[in-house]
Amino acid sequence: MIELHNVNKWYGSYQALVDVTETIAKGEVVVVCGPSGSGKSTLIRTLNRLEPIQGGRILLDGHNIYGPGIDVNAFRSRIGFVFQQFNLFPHLTVLGNCTLAPIQIGRLPRAEAEQRALALLERVGLAHKAQAWPSELSGGQQQRVAIARALAMQPPLMLFDEPTSALDPEMVSEVLLVMRDLAQAGMTMVCVTHEMGFAREVADRVLFMDEGRVLERATPEAFFGRPQHPRARQFLADIRSPFAHAA
Amino acid sequence: MSELIDTYWLYFLVGQFPSGPLGGLALTLVLAAAGLLLALPLGVLLGLARVSPWRWVRWPVTALVFVVRGTPLLMVVFWAYFFLPSVTGVKTGQFATMLIALVVFDAAYLAEIVRAGIQGLPRGQLECARALGLSYPRAMRCVVLPQALRSMLPSLVNQFVSTIKETSLGYIIGLAEVSFIATQINTQVFTKPAEVFGILGLTYFVLCFGLSRLAYALERRLARRGSTPLRTTTATP
Repeated sequence: MIELHNVNKWYGSYQALVDVTETIAKGEVVVVCGPSGSGKSTLIRTLNRLEPIQGGRILLDGHNIYGPGIDVNAFRSRIGFVFQQFNLFPHLTVLGNCTLAPIQIGRLPRAEAEQRALALLERVGLAHKAQAWPSELSGGQQQRVAIARALAMQPPLMLFDEPTSALDPEMVSEVLLVMRDLAQAGMTMVCVTHEMGFAREVADRVLFMDEGRVLERATPEAFFGRPQHPRARQFLADIRSPFAHAA
Repeated sequence: MSELIDTYWLYFLVGQFPSGPLGGLALTLVLAAAGLLLALPLGVLLGLARVSPWRWVRWPVTALVFVVRGTPLLMVVFWAYFFLPSVTGVKTGQFATMLIALVVFDAAYLAEIVRAGIQGLPRGQLECARALGLSYPRAMRCVVLPQALRSMLPSLVNQFVSTIKETSLGYIIGLAEVSFIATQINTQVFTKPAEVFGILGLTYFVLCFGLSRLAYALERRLARRGSTPLRTTTATP
């Protein structure tokens, strides 16, 4: 579904992505992890052209998304993107957030768009909040609405950029559960996340990144059980709770 | 005082109308209203141009804004009145001159307010709208501007209040708006400048104060509609 060929990206003289080559298959759930500044957020943002790249190619269903003549808006509407900061539109209700793209780009009649949005809100457990304003929701609820909104254009691919990092701890699981349900329904997903439990349970594959390179690609069992790269071993040791042995 | 009002109230309100052209307070109101109605859409367009990703749109407008901001309105009025006809060969009327000057001047200031309003929004809003597949103009129209205009409301009112007061510069080119009429009355009465200009001052105050209160009420109504900016817990890394 997505192929990356030797993708290189610089911020000025700093190279954020180094020769990233990767293939993500339809229906696959890929978790990207790594220390801060390793390029994982940059990587996921290049997948829908939120960041320009300076070298290489990214193909979505065989089309070069950085190629000339591609309709950026059309292909973006086929990719759901969930941000760390939710980015709900505060001047629109929950329902308004979820119907904006289908009405504006999908040319769906309002009634139909609302019906679809309500079904999606039901799926993330928030149909009863359809008329609420975003500011009336908790962080976890806002992120679930953001997921419903991203699903509203019925994209075959969903990208998650640290979807639980801005949440209070007690709200993380409600978002992860929605993501798990989505994965089990067969959605192709790329998730940048620090939730290693989620990676273990839900991912088909884990990519470990550091300094702009993908250093390790493995199944969750292999990655967590027998990490190959020394940086990956170090990373897994670092994220383990310092109090793990106390119990 | 009451004799003054008895004699001149109609002249103060409408000038020589209906035997002559409309003037006085009515003309001031028409001028201010027309100025606002024309300057606001122009200001929004110029503001959008100021934050445009395209240089060739951004630069000319930026230049215009800097020129206007560096010039007193009086100069703009003079240019429009004396300079413009010498270029176009057509003598513009006093009302049209004043209106053009006001619209250009205010639109440039409004553009800066619009720019600040847009740039004051979290960057994620535009980014998220684009990620949903909205084109840049559509993202601006559906997501950015509705929010920006709301947060800009107090500054907009400020500018509108200024516009009302700026119409008094019509005096300088002989436009029969309320300040000009007041000086006319003062010349005729001759002995009561304090009263004449007191009433003139009070008139402007009532107009501006009324508009401010109206805007304040509107602002509170909008705030009640749950449109307050979202709180976010942590910053992006």
